[in-house]
Amino acid sequence: MYRIGIDVGGTNTDAVIMQGDKILAGVKSPTTEDVMSGVVDSLKKVLTETDVKKSTVTAVMIGTTHFTNAVVERRSLSLTAAVRLCLPAAQCLPPMVDWPEDIKQAIGGHYWMADGGNEFDGREISSLNNNQLTNIADEIGNLGIDSIALCSVFSPVNDSMEKEAMAIMKKRLPKANFTLSSEIGRLGILERENAAIMNASLRKLSSHTVGAFGEALKSVGLTCPYYVTQNDGTLMSAKFVQEYPVLTFASGPTNSMRGASFLTGEKNAIVIDVGGTSTDVGALVNGFPRPASTSVDVGGVRTNFRMPDVYSIALGGGTVISSDDPITIGPRSVGYRIHQDGLLFGGETLTATDVAVGLDIANIGNPEPAKKLGVEKLQTIKSKIDEMIINAAERMRVSSDPIPVLAVGGGSILIPDTVGELPVVKPNHFAVANAVGAAIGQISGEVDRIFSLASMSREDALEIARKEATQKAIAAGAKPDSIEMLDQEDVPLAYLPGNATRIRLKVVGDLNG
Amino acid sequence: MGKLHEVSETDLDAIEIGAAILGTGGGGNPYIGKLRCRLQLQQGRRIKVIPIDELSDDALVVSLGGIGAPVVGVEKIEQGEECLRAVRALEDNLGCKVDALISSEIGGANSMEPMLTAAQAAIPVVDGDGMGRAFPEMQMCTWSIYGHQSTPSAMADEKGNIVIIKNTRDEVWVETLARANVVAMGAAAGIAMAPMKGSYVKKVAIKNTITQALSLGNSVLKAQHNNTDPIAAVLTHEDGRLLMTGKIVDLERHLKGGFAVGHIFLQGFGDFSNDKGQIDIQNEFLVFHRNNQVEICVPDLIVVLDVDTGLPITTEMLRYGQRVAVLALPCDDLLRTPEALKVVGPEAFGYPDIIFTPMPSSKNKKEKK
Repeated sequence: MYRIGIDVGGTNTDAVIMQGDKILAGVKSPTTEDVMSGVVDSLKKVLTETDVKKSTVTAVMIGTTHFTNAVVERRSLSLTAAVRLCLPAAQCLPPMVDWPEDIKQAIGGHYWMADGGNEFDGREISSLNNNQLTNIADEIGNLGIDSIALCSVFSPVNDSMEKEAMAIMKKRLPKANFTLSSEIGRLGILERENAAIMNASLRKLSSHTVGAFGEALKSVGLTCPYYVTQNDGTLMSAKFVQEYPVLTFASGPTNSMRGASFLTGEKNAIVIDVGGTSTDVGALVNGFPRPASTSVDVGGVRTNFRMPDVYSIALGGGTVISSDDPITIGPRSVGYRIHQDGLLFGGETLTATDVAVGLDIANIGNPEPAKKLGVEKLQTIKSKIDEMIINAAERMRVSSDPIPVLAVGGGSILIPDTVGELPVVKPNHFAVANAVGAAIGQISGEVDRIFSLASMSREDALEIARKEATQKAIAAGAKPDSIEMLDQEDVPLAYLPGNATRIRLKVVGDLNG
Repeated sequence: MGKLHEVSETDLDAIEIGAAILGTGGGGNPYIGKLRCRLQLQQGRRIKVIPIDELSDDALVVSLGGIGAPVVGVEKIEQGEECLRAVRALEDNLGCKVDALISSEIGGANSMEPMLTAAQAAIPVVDGDGMGRAFPEMQMCTWSIYGHQSTPSAMADEKGNIVIIKNTRDEVWVETLARANVVAMGAAAGIAMAPMKGSYVKKVAIKNTITQALSLGNSVLKAQHNNTDPIAAVLTHEDGRLLMTGKIVDLERHLKGGFAVGHIFLQGFGDFSNDKGQIDIQNEFLVFHRNNQVEICVPDLIVVLDVDTGLPITTEMLRYGQRVAVLALPCDDLLRTPEALKVVGPEAFGYPDIIFTPMPSSKNKKEKK
């Protein structure tokens, strides 16, 4: 039984083949404009390096930044209709009110507000109005829009209005695709609605991309199912990611951290991923990335996704260094042009990699041009680089426990043997940690809603939430006996009597088969 | 800085940050209010501000704010004219027109609500408020503390329902009735209360707090822009003291009497690596302990900021492992009198053993001169 992990990055498309916990091979190919031929290349390469029979590959897991990039670059987005069920509440701030103008234009900026929505305790703000929704559906149809985002007030507490409104509108728009905010986000209507609208605008691209992933697999002779990783390191089925492409946002750093955890066996650690241009530092807690606490902008749009807490600094293998006093390190990088511009490859530019090579820390290219600077100078520069790395790692530490630092990524030769007093672990296959992270993705189930503790105990409420989350995970393809709690949080709601408490809870399990 | 007479669109970004800092962890997030104010300005309305000393003694001023649960405020956004309807209802009840509005609390979301309503009603908002920070209950406004009745009060929800509260036995009853009513209204409503004469406002309001929130926010934005230390900027601006830089190593939050109460535990780093900190929470940050000794308590302000960005962290945003700076900022002298301490001192929050020792401040003295 084998599984393949693929990471489609900005520069490289990496692939690994794993048998159980063993990594049989890891390869890199350049990412291509159409994404798909890069995937095909790396699949062919990794299959050739091993003698694995295609029919024995049980699953392919893909990590991709494709959908994030579409939003950031405002390309391949569909015209979208945003419909909010709220009246008379929430009309003072219409949908997309805080979006940058260019992305609003890219998706058309069309919105409607209609009767509906719930109170915090489940009462209706107003009832759904069948005629009103039918008229809205007709207006949407007349504009030729077939991607629709529905968002109802307090839908994370009660999602029935979103579902009912979809059923009413579908009668007039049978071919349209609908995104329900309750299935994507948590409380905080603007952020949840933003995520739903972005999701709706990506639905056509996701159908196309997911279809193309399938074609890529088929073209190399793989017939197994494939999955795409989401922002918390868990997997989505091909069908699911077609419906919820926004959930892939920020999956890159997550995969690199999860991969580092897997390669070293460490569950609690600082992970430093050094690329060509920048270094991402994150923290692993119980094998999963620690999430960021503040709202995160994606392409200028505010969301409340659970994104990993990542601190980035402008330091990578290609970072340009000025050795004249005062010594400066970056922020400019030669990036993938290091093979032409770096001193070690016969170029004119002193890079961070040259410094490592000049000090015999790494053995690539020609170390002589760098050595001309003299050991003393090189060591001064290296200690400045070390200081940047130490400060970044210190920023992400959560306790005084001496947890290890895991060094991954192509540029991780820059990381010293100890970071402050923390030991550094450089695993095998460190350069393809992202693809490993994708290959080991797990299936999850999540609950986030308000419970009234007037009629039940906190423990009872948590138990109900655990059961719901477990059922969701099993429905998504998790092995029932492997399911464990990933995260649990309860926040009492200030001012509300009846002990209203918001419970967020997530379980994960291994993928079936 | 000259006196503030009008709030511009760019001012709103700074007020958002300043008001959230003065919220001491509570008061709700001013982001939504900021967006609403911005739309008003884009539609051609104006936010006129009147400095307290320019207020006529006979002017009728009404205290205004949103009431409810912060988490509901970010989900069931307002229809938009709740507070305006509450003001109109109060005018009907009083039989005369309101001349100016004043914020019940500058800390958090209620910094924005009166500016918004002022723009809608085309009357000015007074540069001041009733707390100079955020507190959980309405009788903690200076106008109540110094003997003014909050009634008649008017509450309005997004559906058009209006409730008038009057003839109450005391200030706590106003809070009790309003609290029960806001739950019925879906945990979000606008409330206009405590109709006051300009002469009384001059005596008891905390002065210049819109100006304060604006310039405090600007000092953080400027520090971020110049890559200087935003924490230092806040301390200088508010004549505050850095209590600790630390990581949150434990976090307890639970419900007690309808409030979010709990504790954060901090392990110091940097200059404070030998210190353990504790902050007690009741919606806002109430008490700071260093190595089990009480060091700062209400009504002085305890503020928790992200150590790198200087942006405020509210109690709902607290997470295990966050790296924070804890600051103490002096409260206004009006909150330090014996009458005020009875209502907003440590004893009023269930700490009978803590004696409030005002943190030293040159700010309050300077303002008196």
